[in-house]
Amino acid sequence: MEKFTVLTGIVAPMDRANVDTDAIIPKQFLKSIKRSGFGPNLFDEWRYLDHGEPGMDNSKRPLNEDFTLNQPRYQGASVLIARENFGCGSSREHAPWALEDYGFRVIIAPTFADIFYNNCFKNGILPIKLDESIVDELFQQTFATEGYQLVVDLEAQTITRPDGSSISFDVDAFRKYCLLNGLDDIGLTLKHVDDIKSYEDKRKQQAPWLF
Amino acid sequence: MAGKTLYDKLWDAHVVRTEEDGTGLLYIDRHLVHEVTSPQAFEGLRIAGRKPWRTDTIVATPDHNVPTTDRSKGIEDPISRLQVETLDANVKEFGVPYFPMDDIRQGIVHVIGPEEGATLPGMTVVCGDSHTSTHGAFGALAHGIGTSEVEHVLATQCLVQKKMKNMKVAVSKTGPGVTAKDIVLAIIGEIGTAGGTGYAIEFAGEGITDLSMEGRMTVSNMAIEGGARAGMIAVDQTTIDYVKGRPYAPKPELWDQAVAAWQDLKSDENAVFDHVVEIDGSQIQPQVTWGTSPEMVVGVNARVPDPANEADSVKKAGMERALEYMGLEANTSISDIPVDVVFIGSCTNSRIEDLRAAAEVAKGRKVVDSVKQALVVPGSGLVKQQAEEEGLDKIFIEAGFEWREPGCSMCLAMNADRLESGDRCASTSNRNFEGRQGQGGRTHLVSPAMAAAAAVTGTFTDVRSL
Ligand code: SF4
Repeated sequence: MEKFTVLTGIVAPMDRANVDTDAIIPKQFLKSIKRSGFGPNLFDEWRYLDHGEPGMDNSKRPLNEDFTLNQPRYQGASVLIARENFGCGSSREHAPWALEDYGFRVIIAPTFADIFYNNCFKNGILPIKLDESIVDELFQQTFATEGYQLVVDLEAQTITRPDGSSISFDVDAFRKYCLLNGLDDIGLTLKHVDDIKSYEDKRKQQAPWLF
Repeated sequence: MAGKTLYDKLWDAHVVRTEEDGTGLLYIDRHLVHEVTSPQAFEGLRIAGRKPWRTDTIVATPDHNVPTTDRSKGIEDPISRLQVETLDANVKEFGVPYFPMDDIRQGIVHVIGPEEGATLPGMTVVCGDSHTSTHGAFGALAHGIGTSEVEHVLATQCLVQKKMKNMKVAVSKTGPGVTAKDIVLAIIGEIGTAGGTGYAIEFAGEGITDLSMEGRMTVSNMAIEGGARAGMIAVDQTTIDYVKGRPYAPKPELWDQAVAAWQDLKSDENAVFDHVVEIDGSQIQPQVTWGTSPEMVVGVNARVPDPANEADSVKKAGMERALEYMGLEANTSISDIPVDVVFIGSCTNSRIEDLRAAAEVAKGRKVVDSVKQALVVPGSGLVKQQAEEEGLDKIFIEAGFEWREPGCSMCLAMNADRLESGDRCASTSNRNFEGRQGQGGRTHLVSPAMAAAAAVTGTFTDVRSL
């Protein structure tokens, strides 16, 4: 997993509530047995005018010019701001894979669906929950200023705006540690093999039908 | 001192260790695996040279991509086929217990886990699938996980978790003709799709305890549609009777010990919940969704809501977009909406009881001409077999329904079963998101009885009036 320390990036707005994982990456792309290459199909049904299928040459497909991410001013964006309950629906990790592959490393929203929120951290994406009023402000500023950029510092837990004002955010200590260091948590868990084994021994006594 | 909730008890019984910030390492008793969210996890194991910690905790089956028509020819779509073949190869390489496509026990993971007795009270159950909440109906802590976590559980038998908050949803006794699906849709209508975010829900009250295990699974299944990863129901005699004698249930010599332990799988009288929602069951009507989110739901005798009456601007915009996508006018009577396709199936409503309820409505009636397709897709090979023993297949076929092989099918249209753009479907599945059942398809979520009623009348009809 790629480390996340400080990121300076263009902001793109996704001005809808309840954006679900079917919208982020439609099911036909879930047939892949790989972990990469989902970026061109991020928001596929909104982004293109035709019906997308795996294996198509996406560069030849007709774009929906009205869709936010297709507008020239948001090209190269790495920060996505969204409305409440972003990432609701399925557990598909293809959703963060697609966002990351497209280039997003930070997603800011008032609330996220739990499984999606969790999946982000496993893929080098920092999801940030902020008050609805602050998110609203960020939307206004993004719409108002072409090339609007934010600086996101995970260590300091701050977001700095172009005018120098900064917003602080919360993140779990353990998740922060893993993301800052790009750590895969399987390796971390395997340091506790003895704890797992002793749990199993104890549990075998209490609930032998589980073994 | 405050007592413990069911969730507290399940959590405490499975914590291997706790980090300083409260993050827990949770032991996993049952891991269900399907073809869509597992290939990258097995690949990760292979690359790291790791092996599954305990293969005996795993049950694997293909369900999302499998055809529901004649399977003797295999899977036509090469990409779907590769995904299923990848699972075939992975389970073989790692020695994982498997119900392949041609096994009578194959089916939707959330149907076969309970059916095999692989889901037991007091377990932690995970699967790379958000509807793993289904298994919470057994007094188990069950929730969906991402593919990285699938790999983590395979490699370590554990999951890194933050404890959730506790929510209780209490539903009082419901009226006649109201099913589990109507109850859970009404709950989501009440709390909203994000209402349960950050919580583990416990469903309680007579409206819930009166349900069979099939009905309880329907309710727990859709906890995730209310934002909660886990939706539990306390263990009672109904639970124990269901589990008894199933292939993976505790062996006879351990049965009494297990049942004694399961008696404690309920919240203590003095347990404190962070949030309690009370729902008057007697007010619940058969439900129909009208929009593109499960919270956009009303009773069958109501009208499509009008965005003009919504004060919140983000919500209002969402309603307008939903109506446009759904091709509906505000204030239309739900019972005037014509249906093109009917789908009875999915991990929400494809168990034997669901098929019986739909067959009861279909019996002696005909699918109307304006409905171009009506599908019945059993949740597993064993459900299909039982339904055929009861003659349900004949009732459906005679009425003009298609009787299919088990799988996810038109719930998410990863196989060949899908809506055409603009098709309006009465569906017993759990998600009405844009494009869920096929690009441009329009989904209305209903109970099996209501879906069958829509098939034989052509519109959403209050099944109680048939
Ligand atoms: S039936 Fe639908 S919701 Fe259930 S597991 Fe299959 S695709 Fe997911």
